[in-house]
Amino acid sequence: MKILVCVTSVPDTTTKIAFTDNKTKLNKAGVTFITGPYDDYALARAVELKEKTGASITVLNVGQADSEPVIRKCLAIGADDAIRVNAEPTDAYFVAEQIAAIAKENSYDLILMGRESIDYNGGQVHGIVGEMLGIPSISPVMLLDLDGDTARITREIEGGKEGLEAKLPLVLGCQEPIAEWKIPNMRGIMTARTKPLKVVEPTGTDTLTTVASYELPAPRGAVKMIPADEAEKLIQLLHTEAKVI
Amino acid sequence: MSVLIFAELDEGKIKKSSQEAIFYGAKVAQMTGTTATAIIIGAADESELALAGRFGATNVLHATDAKLNEPNGMAYATVVAAAVQQEGSKVIVLAKSSLADAMTARLAGKLKAGLAANVISLPDLSNGFQVKSSIYTGKAFAYNDLKADVKILAIKKNTITPEETDATASVKAFTPALNEADFAISVKSTEKSSGDILLPEADLVVSAGRGLKGPENWGIVEDLAKALHAATACSKPVSDLDWRPHSEHVGQTGLKISPNLYIACGISGAIQHLAGVNSSKVIVVINKDADAPFFKSADYGIVGDVFDVLPRLTKAVKAL
Repeated sequence: MKILVCVTSVPDTTTKIAFTDNKTKLNKAGVTFITGPYDDYALARAVELKEKTGASITVLNVGQADSEPVIRKCLAIGADDAIRVNAEPTDAYFVAEQIAAIAKENSYDLILMGRESIDYNGGQVHGIVGEMLGIPSISPVMLLDLDGDTARITREIEGGKEGLEAKLPLVLGCQEPIAEWKIPNMRGIMTARTKPLKVVEPTGTDTLTTVASYELPAPRGAVKMIPADEAEKLIQLLHTEAKVI
Repeated sequence: MSVLIFAELDEGKIKKSSQEAIFYGAKVAQMTGTTATAIIIGAADESELALAGRFGATNVLHATDAKLNEPNGMAYATVVAAAVQQEGSKVIVLAKSSLADAMTARLAGKLKAGLAANVISLPDLSNGFQVKSSIYTGKAFAYNDLKADVKILAIKKNTITPEETDATASVKAFTPALNEADFAISVKSTEKSSGDILLPEADLVVSAGRGLKGPENWGIVEDLAKALHAATACSKPVSDLDWRPHSEHVGQTGLKISPNLYIACGISGAIQHLAGVNSSKVIVVINKDADAPFFKSADYGIVGDVFDVLPRLTKAVKAL
């Protein structure tokens, strides 16, 4: 079985976002880039499936050379090889086109990725890839088990969950608790250095959406503190002043 | 050329977030000098279909194939794509949801459409087609230029306040051909809490964290939520500990919500938690630690013990 895990390189979750160049670019100074937290879950489940079934795992990233530390970490965690499509990821359609092109060449049984990237939060890439390849896509996937070529999946829905069944090949957007996050061990880190990382140029140049500029939210006004022994006053203020209840 | 709005049903009723989408879509139609058509998929009675007219849709396309009664992102994308073709729509509007997310991506792939998710403003048409969206989990905004011929706008809750009129929509049955491949995923089971207010749809949310000390103490949170007709939510540690289901987890890696009121009880306010809730209109923080960072992002705060404060708030709400 061949698994493709698509990962993003995103600012660490604690990053305070700031912009430069007249608010047209993310200020990367001092920002640590990490594997998308949802992508980490996808990779962790792939590694578990590899341990069980002997599957091979290829990691794919659409990104520039500065994504390579993130890709190497995925190799250290258990991926066998990696492909980097040498391009700035622009919009979901462009990224999906790159993934679909690689997938068409290599026919993977499972294409796993996070439910969304934590930068643009679009949550669209898996569905577009599924459509481009003409195979089913499911997200957000909380549990995944394989029985031959049948996948049994639990998907989160509003206020609950759904049990689903589908035949491989599939594209899945993953989230917790599909697997325990994996931390690379020393042996993994050492072997990751020698695992193949192929760099390919992008196919197609379809960017359908671009960002003209960015903005930060306006700061909230000062907090109004209410003494605990007058807690009831809060309800009055929410009713008469804030008018939300 | 009409603006097409996907209006999602929940047990035969148009979801509140979809009422917002219809009103938003009708505004876009006005701005672009066209009409608004709502597409409604699944069983719904006449009065519910007419409701789309009251929020601004001129026409309603109603797809009722029995195969569509089970929500299915792939099949719904086929239906909406057929409606886009019939109507010649260049703009498609929908509210973000679990079903809409699954459908939108397939639709964007089918139509090679430009897509903006988490849209929080009406489009600016003065120079192309630009919409503002929430990114970095609410920590920033982007002004997106949609350049494709067909544009899809997935709007975030509370982007617009719908106003109801007494207008009516003309309802037509819509029966597009369905693809067998769209039913390749079979639903084996569904577990849904019934009767509760769905968290992503809620206008008011009461949320709690580790400060509640254990799942057995959630009664005081639920009592306040019930009195307010609010949904309940929780922080990540709480869902990780299985005190509450993952579907209640709000934050960077959970649900991103934007209710009118978010009451955080016993949550210190880590940046990851804040990211999921910072677009709430009013934030109330109750914490016994006066130095909890969440107070800096709150509109109202109480330094106090949640076990003492929450029952008093519930009583005060009931007395309103």
